[in-house]
Amino acid sequence: MSKPSLKQTLKDLETKKISIRELSQDYLKRIKEKKNLNVFIHFSEENVLKQIDNLEKDNSAKKLKGIPIAIKDLFCTKSMPTTAASKILENFNPTYESYVTQKLLDEGSIFVGKTNLDEFAMGSATNTSFFGNTINPLSKENEPLAPGGSSGGSAAAVAANLCLGATGTDTGGSIRQPASFCGVVGIKPTYGLCSRWGIAAFASSLDQAGIFSHNVEDASILLQSIAGFDQRDSTSAKVDIPNYFENLDHDLNGKTVGIPKEYSIDGTPMEISQIWEDAIKVLEKKGVKIKNISLPHTKYALPTYYIIAPAEASSNLARYDGVKYGFRSDEIDSLDEMYENTRAQGFGREVKRRILIGTYVLSAGYYDAYYLKAQKVRKLIADDFNKAFKECDFIVTPTAPSAAFPLNEKQNDPIKMYLNDVFTVPASLAGLPGISIPFGKDKNNLPLGIQILGKHFDEQQVFNAAASLERSYE
Amino acid sequence: MNNLIKGEKHDWEMVIGLEIHAQVKSNSKLFSSSSTKFGASPNSQVSLVDAAMPGMLPVINKYCVEQAVKTGVGLNAKINNYSVFDRKNYFYADLPQGYQISQYKYPIVGEGKVTIDFKDGTSKDIRIVRLHLEQDAGKSLHDQNPSKTYVDLNRSGVALMEIVSEPDIRTPDEAGMYISKIRSILMYLDTCDGNMQEGSLRADVNISVRKPGDKYGTRCEIKNLNSIKFIKQAINYEAKRQIEILESGGYIEQNTMLFNTSTGKTRPMRNKEEAHDYRYFPDPDLLPLNISEKEIDKIKSSIPELPDQLKNKFMVTYKLSNYDASVLTTEKQISDYFNQSINSDPDLKHNAKIVVNWITSELFSLLNKNNIELINSPVSPKNLGELVKLISINEISGKIAKDVLEDMFSSGKTARQIVDEQGLQQVTDQAEIEKVIDEVIAENPKMVEQYLDGKDKLLGFFVGQAMKLTKGKANPKILNDILKQKLNK
Amino acid sequence: MKIDKNTINKIARLSRIKLDGTESEDYIKDLNSILDWVEQLNEVNTENIEPLSNISSSILPKREDVSKDTNSSDEILKNAPDKLEGFFAVPKVVE
Ligand SMILES: [Mg+2]
Ligand SMILES: [Zn+2]
Repeated sequence: MSKPSLKQTLKDLETKKISIRELSQDYLKRIKEKKNLNVFIHFSEENVLKQIDNLEKDNSAKKLKGIPIAIKDLFCTKSMPTTAASKILENFNPTYESYVTQKLLDEGSIFVGKTNLDEFAMGSATNTSFFGNTINPLSKENEPLAPGGSSGGSAAAVAANLCLGATGTDTGGSIRQPASFCGVVGIKPTYGLCSRWGIAAFASSLDQAGIFSHNVEDASILLQSIAGFDQRDSTSAKVDIPNYFENLDHDLNGKTVGIPKEYSIDGTPMEISQIWEDAIKVLEKKGVKIKNISLPHTKYALPTYYIIAPAEASSNLARYDGVKYGFRSDEIDSLDEMYENTRAQGFGREVKRRILIGTYVLSAGYYDAYYLKAQKVRKLIADDFNKAFKECDFIVTPTAPSAAFPLNEKQNDPIKMYLNDVFTVPASLAGLPGISIPFGKDKNNLPLGIQILGKHFDEQQVFNAAASLERSYE
Repeated sequence: MNNLIKGEKHDWEMVIGLEIHAQVKSNSKLFSSSSTKFGASPNSQVSLVDAAMPGMLPVINKYCVEQAVKTGVGLNAKINNYSVFDRKNYFYADLPQGYQISQYKYPIVGEGKVTIDFKDGTSKDIRIVRLHLEQDAGKSLHDQNPSKTYVDLNRSGVALMEIVSEPDIRTPDEAGMYISKIRSILMYLDTCDGNMQEGSLRADVNISVRKPGDKYGTRCEIKNLNSIKFIKQAINYEAKRQIEILESGGYIEQNTMLFNTSTGKTRPMRNKEEAHDYRYFPDPDLLPLNISEKEIDKIKSSIPELPDQLKNKFMVTYKLSNYDASVLTTEKQISDYFNQSINSDPDLKHNAKIVVNWITSELFSLLNKNNIELINSPVSPKNLGELVKLISINEISGKIAKDVLEDMFSSGKTARQIVDEQGLQQVTDQAEIEKVIDEVIAENPKMVEQYLDGKDKLLGFFVGQAMKLTKGKANPKILNDILKQKLNK
Repeated sequence: MKIDKNTINKIARLSRIKLDGTESEDYIKDLNSILDWVEQLNEVNTENIEPLSNISSSILPKREDVSKDTNSSDEILKNAPDKLEGFFAVPKVVE
């Protein structure tokens, strides 16, 4: 079988080389075969068949008609329950459809299921889910690997070809890092490009929806479908969305790439430095000017992120209190007891850890020292990028400091786990678009990712550079 | 004026500040499109945003922002071009998000002031610290079920303006005058309907006591009072409570108090929170709110005549006292009524004081007794004007006019009709009055004797007898004059 | 050590999360190591730097004051763990 491609599949559907039903049956079969990967929190064959029935009756032309898509279980969906991988949202059935998933439905895509994630998107290995770990499809037998996180289920779904594309969310690297671990393409667009309406919030000033796909072309098609202004999200941007796919331009001649020296970190595996160098060489060959740049506050991005994100999360997750929806503890002799037991039993350990940290850094006497300080450093980090982008068109770095690691590694040391996001977090803080594409392998033949960052709302440049690099790698 | 209250041992002064919560008169909520209508069935005016469903986001209501600015202008306050919405984090059953969106560090309106007017003609400025926009919470009902509290989110997310005063208030009366002045301004501006019963306007009262000249004492906050009567009762009770504690050598614990409207007492909230820590921080779902000078000017130009301006106009045009004019401008419906009444006849202009009295004492007491709003008064402004006119040209006496007004109130007839039908015209004919007086004198020889012996008080008795005979229609001045003349002869 | 038993209890209470004994020991350890780690931000000179709350550079969009028929009590109560007579129900609160 040739490499899966959404683009090619659309052609095959159009020329009737394959029918929507045949295509879906093929995917359903694989989904059932790969159950052991624990990719889906919710999967219902019946629901998929119903969607096929409806599409067969529908004669209108739709851009993604019949394309199987997996949805991260952080997006609220009407036809499927939504859990955020948390016990606290057990049995929650939204009466509404998130902006992003609605757009995908409007285009005629088929939702194959809701994918696993770290609980409330807090993690880097999809190992904090109430519904168990997801296993990286690239694992060797008896040696399960983590798919990365938090959107590990979506990354794994694409990697195992259980869908032709998947939605993810990225707060500090939750699309790009698992894309890198699973050997797929993952793009986090500019903050504000895709509406956050209907996505359970983790950290509002950082959360962004994005896409996983088999290749850059497919990503450009899918991002096009989910981007756009939404008046229900006050931080949603009113910008024109170009047709990324039609405008894809592999010719990078005359462009300038920024190489930030601060991304050379002690202890980074040799192979990762190697693929970074390889990528730079490829670009050079394509006539791209190489510019060494400095992003001086890079090393402060992680600690800044681990103050701001938990602070926002501690407030965003206050709504899970057992009153309006979701889980409620049985030990409820008083309102306070109901809150305390519901939240103690409903949230997992990592979520509680972050709520506690977030509460602490916002509390009286500590706000200035932690939260306000972090917001100021965030400003400096954003300014670093603004300055750098005066000298270059895009920036290239590694995506993650390692390849996929064994499932249970790093579990007991939060800071060690947080370091996974060292290359992805700075762009999140600055709200910049970033893509991860597979580029090379490590000594165990596991995929490694290269990250391309662009200016605000310059997704086109990001896609162009990614497509060009992807082609040379293949 | 002496504002001190006597304790067992000392005189004490109250120090009072008010936080008024005024509901913005808008169709939809501050951050969602659900309706704000009062009295709907439970949870029927709740959007996904108001219920804090996962992934729901706030979008601000433009009209509410404009009303806050408008109110700021009406409070003579500084409008801030830059303001920020913060989250105030705490858990409560009727607070679905687990936080209230409010404004903390950067409110939309800064310092201002309002003036209150006393009966003795003096006035006082109460300084405003700030006005900010925030969401209302839902409603908890504790008495519907023996083991459960019920939660209705219809109010959740309704726009409130919180107006915070400096602790410039010194007496319960001042507190009452202050809140009714604020209410008046809001209602003239039409930014709040001022309905205290429905909770559109309510106040938290901060109160402490001190010996005159001392620095501020520890204060307590009495929550959520929704009538001026309760505000005064609560302040009086709480001040006494604090004084008793202090005089017996105790100290005041800073507390949040509840006021029991049936006992008239305050008590600390039972589920006394460990010290609050609201963890305010800028709401990352919202961006800062910028208002340009141009927008402010546009709003300023839309502002109607406000109570203080109208009050001054009344004082100048009609030579009314500061107090009378301020009573007329406590509500728009009152000043409108007065305006229509006094303009119904050119002669009334010179009898403005009488018009005021007849509106604010006689008519108001009838309306009160019958529980009718001025706006629905069965006596129209024009008809009241006619009544006053009849008094001023001595066609009827004030005493008879009271009966006429009552008749007008119940029958809907005009004063003219009633006076004509019942022949209530005043008797001013000297001869006729003389005849009656002669009769009274002739019938009471003993009384006349006593009067002549120096019992001056008996004059009233003769007046009364004469009035009785004329069915109250004799002109009192003429009656008096003639009576004195005849008796002293 | 920034977080001691008292502090962890205080923030757990503010967060409405009940912690049992061994759990709080773990969190004390975790939070202290995280706070020690973020301490490095003190190396950064942030004098005269404006704090950044949201990266978006657009102005706050405002909606018109139009109320939409929500007519939603069924929808709103659909997922409630306990509901009675059209209300959400919680354990009785004594104020
Ligand atoms: Mg208050
Ligand atoms: Zn308030």
